[in-house]
Amino acid sequence: MSSAMSKASIKASLTTPDDFYAELLAAHDGLNKAESDAFNARLILLMANHIGDMDSLKQLLTAAGESASGII
Amino acid sequence: MTKLFEAPLYPYKRSPDQDALSPVRRPVVVIGAGPIGLAMAIDLARQDVPVVVLDDNDKVSVGSRAICFSKRSLEILDRYGCGDEMVNKGVLWNVGKVFFGDRQVYEFNLLPEDGHKRPAFINLQQYYCELYLVERIRALQAKGKPVEIRGGNKVAALDQKDDYTALTIETEEGSYVLEADWLIACDGAGSPARRMLGLDFVGRVFEDNFLIADVIMKANFPTERWFWFDPPFNKDQSALLHKQPDGVWRIDLQLGWDIDKEEEKKPENVIPRLKQMLGDHVEFDLEWVSIYTFQCRRMEQFRHGRVLFAGDSAHQVSPFGARGANSGFQDVDNLGWKLKLVLDGKAPDSLLDTYSSEREWAADENILQSSRSTDFITPKSEMSRIFRDAVLDLSEHHEFARPLVNSGRLSVPCVYETSPLNGADDQGLPRRTRPGSSAADAPIGGDWFLDNLTGDFILLGLDLKVPEVSDMNGVALKGISLSSSEISLELRDRYLGDNSQAVYLIRPDQHIAARWTGFDWNAVEAAMEQTLGRKENGQ
Repeated sequence: MSSAMSKASIKASLTTPDDFYAELLAAHDGLNKAESDAFNARLILLMANHIGDMDSLKQLLTAAGESASGII
Repeated sequence: MTKLFEAPLYPYKRSPDQDALSPVRRPVVVIGAGPIGLAMAIDLARQDVPVVVLDDNDKVSVGSRAICFSKRSLEILDRYGCGDEMVNKGVLWNVGKVFFGDRQVYEFNLLPEDGHKRPAFINLQQYYCELYLVERIRALQAKGKPVEIRGGNKVAALDQKDDYTALTIETEEGSYVLEADWLIACDGAGSPARRMLGLDFVGRVFEDNFLIADVIMKANFPTERWFWFDPPFNKDQSALLHKQPDGVWRIDLQLGWDIDKEEEKKPENVIPRLKQMLGDHVEFDLEWVSIYTFQCRRMEQFRHGRVLFAGDSAHQVSPFGARGANSGFQDVDNLGWKLKLVLDGKAPDSLLDTYSSEREWAADENILQSSRSTDFITPKSEMSRIFRDAVLDLSEHHEFARPLVNSGRLSVPCVYETSPLNGADDQGLPRRTRPGSSAADAPIGGDWFLDNLTGDFILLGLDLKVPEVSDMNGVALKGISLSSSEISLELRDRYLGDNSQAVYLIRPDQHIAARWTGFDWNAVEAAMEQTLGRKENGQ
């Protein structure tokens, strides 16, 4: 947790964050947990392909790993 | 000491209407002396429209209830003559803190934009708002304005005719019938008027209970909005702490659906919960406790012939975002001038259909925003909760996640984007003052721009000379011409952008009707006809 403190923050780039979030949840409507997990896996792979750049992807993998607070 | 909400403010008094041989006909009757009904009466009385307000009670509302009043509401109340009372008593706040579990994930500052008379928000108990509105009505009465509040008058039946409504009213001295050419129902979310007329009210019920407590703290606490997701003192639920005047703090605790409401409301259950939240060392008194559940819904139409619905009777939202009373004030702001013009025969009856359409559009926006906040605060599925927690988790270290955190999107004035009343919009002028939007405030010569928009149609000439007063087929149009040197930086930024000149046509409710980069009298006349509903859109 503390190591993330020194990292540069990932800047906001979504122009309408609430719209994106609502779309994301709507995409999961009616799916059970296993279907939602599979959906998320496909989405991550599609997004990774969209990003393309390996350095960026490594940085995102690190950020996702570091942020876990352990309270969930 | 008698608390404000225990003193009768408008006690029952026999009206001559009760002794009339046949029912008395009134031009406008308002049901409900809550903030919206009272504001409606002020709007009409200021325009010399005789108005009677009926309420089954005679006091202000109990408990704090609506506590966040938006800038737009304050601007409307300024026009009604009681904005100063609200702001002088209210608490100003800018800082908000968001907690997730036992840690603070971030802090924000509303940092309101400079160059506005009114702040983004004040916090004030609803009962003070109602008190100031009643005092304002008393002041208007003293000036001979045709407005009265009848306490202890309960509407028991409505009989809707083609061109009026007959109201059967019960009082402690028996019942009487009053007829209203126009009836405005401001009788709240549970609207008896709506039920009596058999009208729909459909939408989404959120299966959750919230405990609200007004607490008087004996020690200082910062003037900030604190919001907790999943705090240790209210596991898996949310909590909100917000300051009000008189050292009163508002605490909202989410309780979940399967609870015993009567049990949860008992002080012996509430106090330990609050101690856990505030810490054992903080001394406080419990002033008021209530449990509420909510829905997000609206009537399909706010107008039913000569009956109009305003405020919570027409639309209901979750409390996140302060979109209840704040949207109600915008309802009456929209309705007042239109009803006056129709009553005077200066605009067609169909102008009132645009009250319905403009405010339904606004209600849809408020319902969308408050539903999204509620979905974030109280996730309804496992995956929704996983995403919500991921957003909160990332928000501590990553700025990108913070705009996704939704603990309420605070009320902003609605822009009537698709209104048939909107006229010309010349290219290149700033987006924020486009037709349909409410006029942005700005300083002008030691004064405030909005203080000049007191309820007339306004033609604003920026570095262009416009006529001081014009008669537009019976409707007055007041001109304000500002020379280049009189245009403040803020006014220039908000109304001109890169242009050096512009003309704006502004409605009595301070919404922009049309605007141009040059002055063409024929274009102004055409836009005026359109905004009065005297011309079909596009003709």
